[in-house]
Amino acid sequence: MGLPCGTFNAEYREDMAILRTRTHWGLAIAAIVLLFTLPSYLSNTWLIVANFIGIWIVAALGLSLLTGYCGQISLGQAGFMAAGAFSCAALVNYGGLSYWPALIVAAFFTGGIGLIFGIPSLRVKGFYLAIITLAAHFIILFVILHIPALQGTMGLNIAPPHIGSVTFDSHHNFFYLIMGVVIIMTIITKNIVRTKPGRAFIAIRDNDLAAEMMGVDVFRYKLIAFFICAVYAGLAGGLMLGYITHAHIDEYPFMDSVWCLGFLIVGGLGSVAGTIMGVVFLRVFSQLTYMYLAPLATLLMPAGMGTAGFGIGPFTYGLIIILFLIFEPRGLYHRWEIFKSWYRLWPFAY
Amino acid sequence: MERGKLLDNSNKIKLHADDIDLTFGGVRALMGVSLEIREGEILALIGPNGAGKTCMINCIDGFYRPQKGRIYFEDKEITHLAPHKIAEMGISRTFQNLALYTGMSTLENLMAARHAKLKYGTLKGAIYFGWAHNEEIEHRKRVEDIIDLLDLEPMRKKPVGALPYGQRKKVELGRALALEPRLLLLDEPMAGMNVEEKEDMARYILDVHDMQGTTILLVEHDMGLVMDIAERIVALDFGQKIAEGSPAEIKEDEKVLAAYLGKPKEG
Ligand SMILES: Nc1ncnc2c1ncn2[C@@H]1O[C@H](COP(=O)(O)OP(=O)(O)OP(=O)(O)O)[C@@H](O)[C@H]1O
Ligand SMILES: [Mg+2]
Repeated sequence: MGLPCGTFNAEYREDMAILRTRTHWGLAIAAIVLLFTLPSYLSNTWLIVANFIGIWIVAALGLSLLTGYCGQISLGQAGFMAAGAFSCAALVNYGGLSYWPALIVAAFFTGGIGLIFGIPSLRVKGFYLAIITLAAHFIILFVILHIPALQGTMGLNIAPPHIGSVTFDSHHNFFYLIMGVVIIMTIITKNIVRTKPGRAFIAIRDNDLAAEMMGVDVFRYKLIAFFICAVYAGLAGGLMLGYITHAHIDEYPFMDSVWCLGFLIVGGLGSVAGTIMGVVFLRVFSQLTYMYLAPLATLLMPAGMGTAGFGIGPFTYGLIIILFLIFEPRGLYHRWEIFKSWYRLWPFAY
Repeated sequence: MERGKLLDNSNKIKLHADDIDLTFGGVRALMGVSLEIREGEILALIGPNGAGKTCMINCIDGFYRPQKGRIYFEDKEITHLAPHKIAEMGISRTFQNLALYTGMSTLENLMAARHAKLKYGTLKGAIYFGWAHNEEIEHRKRVEDIIDLLDLEPMRKKPVGALPYGQRKKVELGRALALEPRLLLLDEPMAGMNVEEKEDMARYILDVHDMQGTTILLVEHDMGLVMDIAERIVALDFGQKIAEGSPAEIKEDEKVLAAYLGKPKEG
C-alpha cells in the first residue's frame, strides 16, 4: 500500500485492458491483417459465406448479451432482424433517407420493439419467456406481411448502399463494410460486458434476487438487455438488406432464430469470443455439409427421393448442438481456455 | 471492552421499525415487532430457528412487504421502496444461504456491488474510453481496499463458484461492504464455519465497525460470539420480540432462557 497512487492507476489500467500483453497485441494485429487480406484468398462462394458470417456475428453478439450474459432466453432474433431490414427498406423507399441514416434509425426502432417484448420478462422466466419471444418472431412477421406498404409477399428492394464513389455492390466490397461493423460491434460488446451494465447483466443471470438487493434495478437492466439485443438484430437485418438489396420475410425463417441460439450454445454462453467462434464454426460447417455431405447423401438415397439428401443439413446441425450440450456445454470457448492455459505453461512462451 | 463509544451519538436512531406484521398465508412470521438500531452500534438479533430473524432483515431491505407497520431509515420512510432503492440509500446485507454471482470472480462480485455508486450509464460503458474508464479505476481502488481488509488477494481473480464455503462467506461480506453501506445487515455470517474461521469473521466485522463506523445488525446463533461482539441484543421468538437489552441483561432474561432451553413459559 506504500506505492504512490499513480502506480496503482497504471496497474489497474493495464489489468483492465482487453489486450494485456504483447502477445495479445501481436495476435490481434495479425488477426486483423489476416481478416482484411482474406478476400484475396477466398473463392466467391466462401466470400459469400464470410459475409453472412459477419452479419450473423452482429446478431449473435446481441443475443449473447441478452441470453448469455443477462440470462434471458430469446427465440425471436431472426424476427427482430426482419423488423430491422423492413424498417430500413421502408425508410429508404418511403422516408427519403439514404441507406446509412436509415440503418441507424432502423436499428434503434427495432430496439424499441425489443423493449416491448422485454416487458413480460418482469414476471416470466425460462420456458415461458422462450414462448413469448417465439411469439414475438411470428407476430413481427405477421405484422410485416399485413402492412400493405411493405409489399407483403413481394418484399421491398433498395439500391446497393454507397459511400462517396464506393458502391457496396460486390461481395468483395461488402466484405470490408461488414467486417468493419463486426469489429466495431465486438469492441462495443466487450466494453459493455466489462463495465457496469455487463456486471449488472451477469448479476441478474446468476442471482436476480441478490442483484436487486445489491442495488441493481433488475427490471430496468433486463429491458436494457432486450433493447440492446434488438438493436444488434436490427443492425444485422439492415446489413442483410444492404447486402442482398432486398427485404423479404422468407429471408427470416423461425429456424434462423433457433440457429442464433445454437451459435451461442456451440460457442459458449456468456463469452464474446465464444459467440464469434460459434457463428464461424456452425456457418462453415453448414457450408461444408451443403457442399459435400448433402450431394453424397442424395446419391445414397433410394431412387425417387430426389434432393431429400439436403435434409442432412438441419440434421447434422441438430446433432452438433446435442453433442455440445452433452459433452461441452460450456462451448468452444471453454476448449480455447483450456488450450490457452496449456500454452501458458509451455516453457519459453513468455 | 467498550466499543463504539468514540463518537457519542448513541442516542441517534439509524433505523426504526415500528410494529411490523408479516404473514405468509396462515404463518405469522412477525407479529408487531418494533426495533431500533442506533447510530454506530452493533445490534444482535437472536432467537431460535424460525423465530423470524431473516424475515425481519428481509422486511428492512425491502425483499418482503410487511402487511402492517413502517420502517424508517435515517428518518426517511423506506417501507414501500424497491429493494434496489433501499440499497442505494445505504443499506446492504449478506444472506443466510450464500447468494453470490457464481459466474464472476471475487473482484467482479465486489465491482458489481459498486453498481449504485457508479454514475456512468450504459452508453458511456459501451464507449468505455474516457468517462467510464476513469470511474472504473476510481472504484477499482475502493474495491481493492476491501480486498486488502478481508485478505481476499489470493482469490481476487478466481470465480467464486470454485471457492470453499468459508471463503465465499467472506466474499459475500466484501460484496456487502463494496456498497459502502451505512447500515449493514448480516444474516448468520459465521454459520457453518469452524472455530478459527468464526474468529476471523468476528475480527473482520469488528474491524469494519471500528474503522468505518458502520452500523451493524447481526443475526447469529453462536451465543458466545454474540455476547462478545454485540453492544445490544434483541431476542425474537415465534415472531415476537421477547427481550431487548445489553448482553449481560439478555443472559439473565428468563424469557430468553425459556425460548432457548424450551422451558414452558410462565403465566
Ligand atoms: N417465503 C416464505 N414463505 C412462507 N413462510 C415463510 C417464508 N419465509 C419465512 N417463512 C416462515 O416464517 C418463519 C420465520 O422464518 P425466518 O426465516 O425469519 O426464521 P429465522 O429466525 O431466520 O430462523 P433460522 O435461524 O432458522 O434462520 C418460519 O416459520 C418460516 O417458515
Ligand atoms: Mg434465518
